[in-house]
Amino acid sequence: MKRELITDAVLVSNYIKGDENSLGTLIKRHKQKIYSFIYSKVYDRDITEDVFQDTFIKVIRTLKLGKYNEEGKFLPWVMRIAHNLVIDHFRKNNRMPKFDNSTDFDIFSVISDSSLNAEKSLIKSQVEEDVRRLIEELPEDQKQVLIMRMYNDMSFKEISDKTGVSINTALGRMRYALINLRKVIDKHHIVLTN
Amino acid sequence: MAKLYIENSKNSETLQPREETVNFLLNYSQALSVINCSKSNLKFEALLN
Repeated sequence: MKRELITDAVLVSNYIKGDENSLGTLIKRHKQKIYSFIYSKVYDRDITEDVFQDTFIKVIRTLKLGKYNEEGKFLPWVMRIAHNLVIDHFRKNNRMPKFDNSTDFDIFSVISDSSLNAEKSLIKSQVEEDVRRLIEELPEDQKQVLIMRMYNDMSFKEISDKTGVSINTALGRMRYALINLRKVIDKHHIVLTN
Repeated sequence: MAKLYIENSKNSETLQPREETVNFLLNYSQALSVINCSKSNLKFEALLN
């Protein structure tokens, strides 16, 4: 007895009408061709698996939404979807080059996370607070110049304009402010770093 | 008879998707339903478990 093969078109039509088994038959019938086609482009089993899955997700959605154009043949249509997804994959990978870290060279030895961790940021804020307290101990004129220069980021020209003293005087006050800060730090054995 | 000096290619293992992938697709298909909104001519997709 000759077994009649149900055509793809019939299976697709049955699937659209709600026969879920038809999809199983279609996948079973074409999975090897589609999978091999994808693998021949990407040469990676995991990526092939992903693209294969995405291909059929697209197929399922298109069929269920009634957007499938029955003029074309089923397999070439699926192949075209797979082909487009392979292109998408390569485009995405070019934009975001991946580093697989499988060789001896460790990428993390040359790049580091520049942001501070919780401990370091705590230490940083403590140090900044200590420095602030030390600055408060300075004579008023030196303190004023130091704050304008270091915290307000003003130039010595701007400082001299604002305080009404010459640039040289402002420079001198800054110099003495730093000398005095160092003295206090040395005298009290203050450790400002970890 | 002449000896055949052809090795079986290692790639001859069938390239096909994992069973989990196929099962996932079949389950996805069963779970996906499209709701037709006839008045506004809109279609909504719903994934039902």
